[in-house]
Amino acid sequence: MPGTYSSNAFTLAPASPQAAAISSLFIGTLYFLGAILILVTGLVLYAIVRYRDRPGAPEAKQVFGSMRLEILWTAVPVLSLAVLATFMVRTMIISDPPSAGARPDVRLIAHQWWWEIIYLKSGATAANEIHIPAGKRLLFDFRSADVIHDFWVPALGRKIDVVPGHPNRLWIEADKPGTYLGACAEFCGNEHAWMRIMVIADSPEQFAAWIKQQAAPPAQPVTAEEKLGAKIFRDRICTNCHLRGVGPDLTHLATRRTLAAGAADNTPQNLAAWLHDPNTFKPDSNMPDFKLSDDEVRALVAYLETQK
Amino acid sequence: MKDAALPGPTAVESFAQDAREGWLSWVSSVDHKQLGIMYLLGAFVFFLVGGVLALLMRIQLAVPNNHFLSPVMYNQIFTMHGTTMIFLVVVPLLVGMATYMVPLMIGARDMAFPRLNALSFWVQIFGGLMLYFSFATSGINGGAPAVGWFAYAPLTETAYSYGPGVNYWILGLLGIGVGTLTAGINLMATVITMRAPGMHIRRLPLFVWMTLVTAFLIVTVMPILNAGLVMLLADRLLNAHFFRADTGGSAVLWQHVFWAFGHPEVYIMVLPAFGIISEVIPVFSGKPIYGYEVVAASTLAIAFLSMLVWAHHMFAVGLGHAFDIFFALCSMAIAVPTGIKIFNWTATMYQGRVRFTTAMLYAVSFLLMFTIGGLSGIAFAVAPIDWQLTDSYFVVAHFHYVLFGGTAFALFAGVYYWFPKMSGRMLDERWGKIQFWLTFIGFNLTFMIQHVLGMFGMPRRVFTYPPLPGWEAMNMISTVGAFVLAFAVLVLMINIVISLRSGEIAGDNPWDAWTLEWATTSPPPPENFTHVPPVNGRRPLWDLAHPDRTDEMLARAAG
Repeated sequence: MPGTYSSNAFTLAPASPQAAAISSLFIGTLYFLGAILILVTGLVLYAIVRYRDRPGAPEAKQVFGSMRLEILWTAVPVLSLAVLATFMVRTMIISDPPSAGARPDVRLIAHQWWWEIIYLKSGATAANEIHIPAGKRLLFDFRSADVIHDFWVPALGRKIDVVPGHPNRLWIEADKPGTYLGACAEFCGNEHAWMRIMVIADSPEQFAAWIKQQAAPPAQPVTAEEKLGAKIFRDRICTNCHLRGVGPDLTHLATRRTLAAGAADNTPQNLAAWLHDPNTFKPDSNMPDFKLSDDEVRALVAYLETQK
Repeated sequence: MKDAALPGPTAVESFAQDAREGWLSWVSSVDHKQLGIMYLLGAFVFFLVGGVLALLMRIQLAVPNNHFLSPVMYNQIFTMHGTTMIFLVVVPLLVGMATYMVPLMIGARDMAFPRLNALSFWVQIFGGLMLYFSFATSGINGGAPAVGWFAYAPLTETAYSYGPGVNYWILGLLGIGVGTLTAGINLMATVITMRAPGMHIRRLPLFVWMTLVTAFLIVTVMPILNAGLVMLLADRLLNAHFFRADTGGSAVLWQHVFWAFGHPEVYIMVLPAFGIISEVIPVFSGKPIYGYEVVAASTLAIAFLSMLVWAHHMFAVGLGHAFDIFFALCSMAIAVPTGIKIFNWTATMYQGRVRFTTAMLYAVSFLLMFTIGGLSGIAFAVAPIDWQLTDSYFVVAHFHYVLFGGTAFALFAGVYYWFPKMSGRMLDERWGKIQFWLTFIGFNLTFMIQHVLGMFGMPRRVFTYPPLPGWEAMNMISTVGAFVLAFAVLVLMINIVISLRSGEIAGDNPWDAWTLEWATTSPPPPENFTHVPPVNGRRPLWDLAHPDRTDEMLARAAG
């Protein structure tokens, strides 16, 4: 069970100016709608209690309507919705600022069922866990490798569909360092549930160090077991998927917090369990069960743990 | 001798009676009342199936990281639940109600095209069976479709759904679509051409009015779905490229096609329910509907606007702010005619004599539940809020408040209101009230909390979830509520069985209602009426009972 889910994904706990704009519009709208609900409920309850049928009650007066009231309950909603619409347009501009002319910083490619992250300036790549520098906004470019997905991190702002043949862009930022959780929000097949997103906002120094590490080649295997693991990784067709964008690039797997797009914490035990049988954490995913022996799993885990 | 109140059959009628007995005569029937009842029973069977699917989902989601259902199984189940409830339950229930009641309410002997009526029903049923046959397809890629009721391309393309499930889904929906389309044509023709003398369009009962508008909507938008389905089938079977982005097609095109049908479909599922409410509330308030013309005209406004709002399902697609704003404004605008209806229904009860029958309890709680669904709908019309909440559990809560708290509550009201007419016996009120409270509590327990769940970031259509703060408890509450709701359905079944056997004999007009269906026996004879009373206003039976104070005189006196 992933222990990393201590922070939440609450839409009303914004952690960016974009999310804050939506959050205050949402709260204002909730008050507005709540007032209408109380009004309607009050009118209905008053009518049924005050005018309930009692023994000996006279016949109801036959009333057919009132044009004045009709105009009243047409005009008042029209005017209040017009006010709501102006707030809406203002919030749209703040929460999804224009990006025309700007060069994207990060390309996010959605796959069935994981996220590929490419930092366009440094060339660093990552998967499922997106590091950003706190307090700085980055322009993301969203592409899909297969079906429609959706990028949704509630604390950071709006969601955006990731549509094949229809690239989208969105400014993403976080006010403070921290971990912000999200998930794919468009149904995308078997493992839609375990296509979670983690955005990690680092301090600028941490982020610089992290990106340097991700862009650099990982440590070489040293022990015999690690070398055996590297050989299995090459020979047992792991690389057919994991170096070709079908499955996540595992070059820096050991620096990640979770496995299988959030399905499990990244521990050697979980990694071994995943290699033994991918159905443990993510049934019906595209990771095949290779029927690896215990020794092979141990060697692969040893090798992958060196990939920092 | 308890049937003595019913008039004895004449020789001719008893011959007709013989021809109507036995299940084979039901199968071959072209009588709108038999077909109406078959629509209702067929839809009820599918309702039970769809309900069991819902319970399976709620069991799976009761606790995090659950392994009760495999992801593929769960995805098949939620796809079939949605498709069933929309195409095989709500629409046929409303069409069935209309098929039974509309000819009676306008003083006609049958529908305009009785044989087409039978065709509509059977094609719809066979479409449903075709859809369910997908469960029987075997093999590693077999099973029911697992793509959602909205079936977004390219997930539905053979590259991602290579089993036959989606083909069955397409063919099943085509059958159902043809059935619904012909039912729409038939209802439209019936209301336009078969009205009794004096039944002007401005005197139609509001249920008939709203059925007429619904029929127009059906005829306008059903072909869009059918065309889209054929395009998708061509992609899958003939290697066409309508929705494949990698070979020049467009995944967004499917969304436009689907929602151009799909949003008016929401109003197809809700306008007849408005019609039921517009019949039930006046009768049990002892007053005519408040603002008849406005309630009818607002229906037209809703139907027109419903065709201009489809892309509010697509705010997250990233089609640009100008695009989003247009559809957001239209979606907000549709709240105005809907609000007008709510106010008029409430005003109808004001200064009335409100009788708390089970039908009225459902109608009153419809007002409150539908208002909640409508208000959360306004929240979704506000594009930035939609950007956060769409495809979260907030949406699931929203549309269940519209379709269950709205349409289903109205249908329950309609069942309690018209059951005496259809069966000749009253539905038991004591069981009815037990069922009402169980439904009301179970429904709110299941779906109210899902608003919060969505606000806390839980996406829809997930087969399981991590134990994020609050998610576990909220999901458990929802599951408990679902079982209360299921229990309420059992109570309804018990009530129907008991009441059919030993319910109180209803008589022609047990509720003191005013529309023409209450001017004939319960159940009505094969030809519906021995003679249709004169229609000089909107409430023919009121006029008949109060010749000194007819609606016309009352209206003139009021100025």
